[in-house]
Amino acid sequence: MRPFQYERARTLGDAARLVAGADAMAIAGGSNLLDLMKLQVETPGELVDINRAGFAEIEDADDGGLRIGALATNTATAVHPRVRSDYPVLARAILAGATQQLRNKATTGGNLCQRTRCFYFMNIDQPCNKREPGSGCGAIDGVAKLHAVLGTSDECIATYPGDMAVALSALDATVQIASVDGAERSVPVRDFHCLPGDTPWRENVLEDGEVITAVTLPAPVAGVQLYRKVRERSSYAFALVSIAAIVEMRDGVIARADLSFGGLAHKPWHDLRISDLLEGAAPSAQLYDAAADLLLEDARGYGENDFKIPLARRTLHAVLAQAVEDAA
Amino acid sequence: MTVHLKQDEPDTSNRLDGMKQGVIGQPISRVEGLAKVTGTAPYAAEYPIEGCVEGVLATATITRGEILKIDKDSVLGMPGVIAVIDDPRLTTRAAQGTANEAPQQSPRTVCYWGQPIALVVAETFEQARDAAKHLAVEYRPHDGAPLSPDAVEPEEQEDETVRQGDLVHAMSEAAHSVDVTFTTKGHASAAMEPHAAIAQWDGDQLTVHASLQMLNYNISELADAIDLPEEKVRLVSRFVGGGFGSKLGVSEETVAAAIAAMQLERPVRVVMSRQQVFQCIMRRSETTQRLRLAADQKGRLTGFGHEALVSNLPGETFAEPVLQSSHFLYAAQNRKLMLEVARIHRMTAGSVRAPGEAVGMPALEGAMDVLAERAGIDPVELRLRNIPKENPEEGLPFSSHKLAECLREGAEAFGWDSGPRKPRQKRKGEWWVGTGMASAARVHNVGEAKARVTLKPDGTALVETDMTDIGTGTYTILAQIAGEMLGLDPENVLVDLGDTRHPRGPGSGGSWGASSSGSAVYVACKALREELADRVGVTETKLDLADGKVAGGHSLAQVLAGEPLAREGHYEPGAIADDFTAAGFGAFFAQVRVNHFTGESRVDRMLGAFGFGRVLNRKTARSQCLGGITWSIGAALTEALEFDPRDGHLVNCDLAEYHVPVHRDVPDLEVIMVEERDPAASPIQAKGIGELGMCGGAAAIGNAIYNACGARLFDYPMTPDRVLACMPD
Repeated sequence: MRPFQYERARTLGDAARLVAGADAMAIAGGSNLLDLMKLQVETPGELVDINRAGFAEIEDADDGGLRIGALATNTATAVHPRVRSDYPVLARAILAGATQQLRNKATTGGNLCQRTRCFYFMNIDQPCNKREPGSGCGAIDGVAKLHAVLGTSDECIATYPGDMAVALSALDATVQIASVDGAERSVPVRDFHCLPGDTPWRENVLEDGEVITAVTLPAPVAGVQLYRKVRERSSYAFALVSIAAIVEMRDGVIARADLSFGGLAHKPWHDLRISDLLEGAAPSAQLYDAAADLLLEDARGYGENDFKIPLARRTLHAVLAQAVEDAA
Repeated sequence: MTVHLKQDEPDTSNRLDGMKQGVIGQPISRVEGLAKVTGTAPYAAEYPIEGCVEGVLATATITRGEILKIDKDSVLGMPGVIAVIDDPRLTTRAAQGTANEAPQQSPRTVCYWGQPIALVVAETFEQARDAAKHLAVEYRPHDGAPLSPDAVEPEEQEDETVRQGDLVHAMSEAAHSVDVTFTTKGHASAAMEPHAAIAQWDGDQLTVHASLQMLNYNISELADAIDLPEEKVRLVSRFVGGGFGSKLGVSEETVAAAIAAMQLERPVRVVMSRQQVFQCIMRRSETTQRLRLAADQKGRLTGFGHEALVSNLPGETFAEPVLQSSHFLYAAQNRKLMLEVARIHRMTAGSVRAPGEAVGMPALEGAMDVLAERAGIDPVELRLRNIPKENPEEGLPFSSHKLAECLREGAEAFGWDSGPRKPRQKRKGEWWVGTGMASAARVHNVGEAKARVTLKPDGTALVETDMTDIGTGTYTILAQIAGEMLGLDPENVLVDLGDTRHPRGPGSGGSWGASSSGSAVYVACKALREELADRVGVTETKLDLADGKVAGGHSLAQVLAGEPLAREGHYEPGAIADDFTAAGFGAFFAQVRVNHFTGESRVDRMLGAFGFGRVLNRKTARSQCLGGITWSIGAALTEALEFDPRDGHLVNCDLAEYHVPVHRDVPDLEVIMVEERDPAASPIQAKGIGELGMCGGAAAIGNAIYNACGARLFDYPMTPDRVLACMPD
């Protein structure tokens, strides 16, 4: 761990100003950052503790939605009565991730910025274009079982490892961002994370001096909400494939199908064409296959992770079948 | 005064059964449990020692080659940095279990990625860790190091080879035969407490608090490594946060701490990071195993073939003893057993819980399941038909043998359906549900051990030995043995372990600790009983001791006349070790569900029935079995070391990415202990137990996966990707 200066931000303004420092990083729960600092993957010269900057509240929004403060812990979010009743896919996704102890520390904003679990990213003595631009990708031709099959590039095949953001993507939530100059902006979760392209070090759209203040959920929608996470052990394991699904049935026909996918890409994967295909159609195995065809038409395996392509197809079948059954 | 017992004959006197205190076998909670759960039991790194500085190992970033230069100046100016130790005596691998001499040294020669090459010492741990990562090292790499077991011509371990009769002929004549190849991936011990040591040097004596399993061997290994007479060294390991084989031999941090403390003349603490524990201690070798089984119409084996390929670094003597129980588990006249080792440049392979059977038994018992299916015989019945009367290779009698009882009692308690078996008979929603079973077997080991027991006039006793308690219950069972023999409540027996100043024993490993050190305590107590009997004028066998009283009216204080009375017991296995085949046996039964869509497998319930001699404490013994079965679940479903194909480094080197089972993976487990007395195992009639619970259990799960969903896998662990690849439509 590299020695660092520690600053505590007491207001949002403080936080944005301090985080704008070239060598500064914000720390909230620290459940990811501290590990990476011990491994010297992250080496901030200055650590800005934003835990007391005051945006941990979970509040009703005027439009009937919900505003989850960036510093609300994963546990607080998952047990919140409105989350449980109106956005159960979010509670289920959070509870499918990490462990109770980690969820007690992890925050909404921090979890959105969680970094990949790629073995080569986490080992500074191995090549990684994300960590050290130009050094190469260790995972391509390396141990790549956990890696992406959608939206990869020759520079990087890492996945976004989280669960919460997959549910937020299905819910079409919005990330609220404040900047050091006082400006505020909103970015849909579906656009918040980036694909690796030739800038794999850029994982999301946050700019220097910007801080996530909240995530806002739109007014609740009708339908069944499911989160399915396929993993090697039944808890405390990252997803091989995960699916957040919101499915509404009306008169034997799928009226709504919002689906997002984890474990497949550098970001929670969302493809509007899948909703377009499913909505208005009667459920059938052929329909699910067609949805999987759309999802996976550009999928590419890297040897060890080839299995994710059929696994995603089969899991999509299972999730849609369950959602339709539960919704009927 | 030392009393020596060399056991040449089975001991059928069962003396512990005739004592009056009635504490042996009782399910007493671990005496140190409260201290552990309240954080007051100090582990190796937790001793507060004034002026202690912190060392962190720097590790190699090449696979094979020479170090041309370590640029100490690259870090000596960093904050807090005190020294860079690159002494040629630094060790680069952990010692193998019972090595008794220094492991590989010469840190300037790199043999695997992640090998320790130097120690950076600083005022704080964080400073040392930062500097260790910044240490500039100039290498001359040697390219082309073989990294995969199939990249080299393997060496045959000739003393493992058995050729009896004609296996090929037996296979061709067999009514039913199986010829299958299993693979297993490497395992890590993944003990909770990382490897750690604090060394103090007073100019003459070296004292090291370390996390070790076998102090009597470790002291020789350390002394040899640093060229110090053993008398100048004291090792202390009072509490050990799990070992599972990874702390059998002295490892790199302990030697480095000792060298640094002597050079700097300050106490030095060295704690490995979790990644270092994974990358530079010990791995269980991956294996490839060909099983050939030939059977007659009735399923009786006529031919038995088990050939295994394992790997290790050049120069290591250890080869995962995959065939250990295959030599005697099932009878068959025509046999071929062979073990080969591939010399490759992954980290050191060594003992991880139940070396050998942990991976050999799941392969053998998986093949037996295939045979049962082909022969149309119930899997339990197939095993019952193949239990040999004596060791089929050496003709030796078994010391005791409870496989048949375990199979029968286990099947009954589990509710095993012995009717015809077909896969895919039961489905609940997305999940196929099935059952499977397997035999358990693990060789029994016992070693020479000494212990001193002192009876005190206040009615208490003190037991002293360098034996360790690695979480198994040693403190408790030694108090029970002494309490039973001397007529004392175990609460009045203080057990002092883990200090090389005490009489020595073989330590914890190979499941031999309880019977070895327990026998030494037994011998000491028996000698004390003889002295007491003498003083009150009866023969020892007629001496009743209970609740601190000597029957006939004497109080212990009167008989001791105010003076403590001490005896040192020295137990040595003699001819019994050569005259019998001794092993623990058992049976596993599992119900497993497999998701048709995702290939995820989850254990619904699992039962193990085991016979391992006398049960010294039903609670700690059961806990050992539960731990073993939990390891079986990990070996079956989740645990796998993954190595980079280009430089051989271990990639999944933390507890998030190396998947030991979590609570949710472990359902209610049932343990049946088939109590027995094994007279040739030890004078306390106890056998090893810690490892038996994982010797075959993975096959019960794998066989249940097949029975559930029809996917017959030959590769452990059976992760969702592998299950899906074999899943019928």
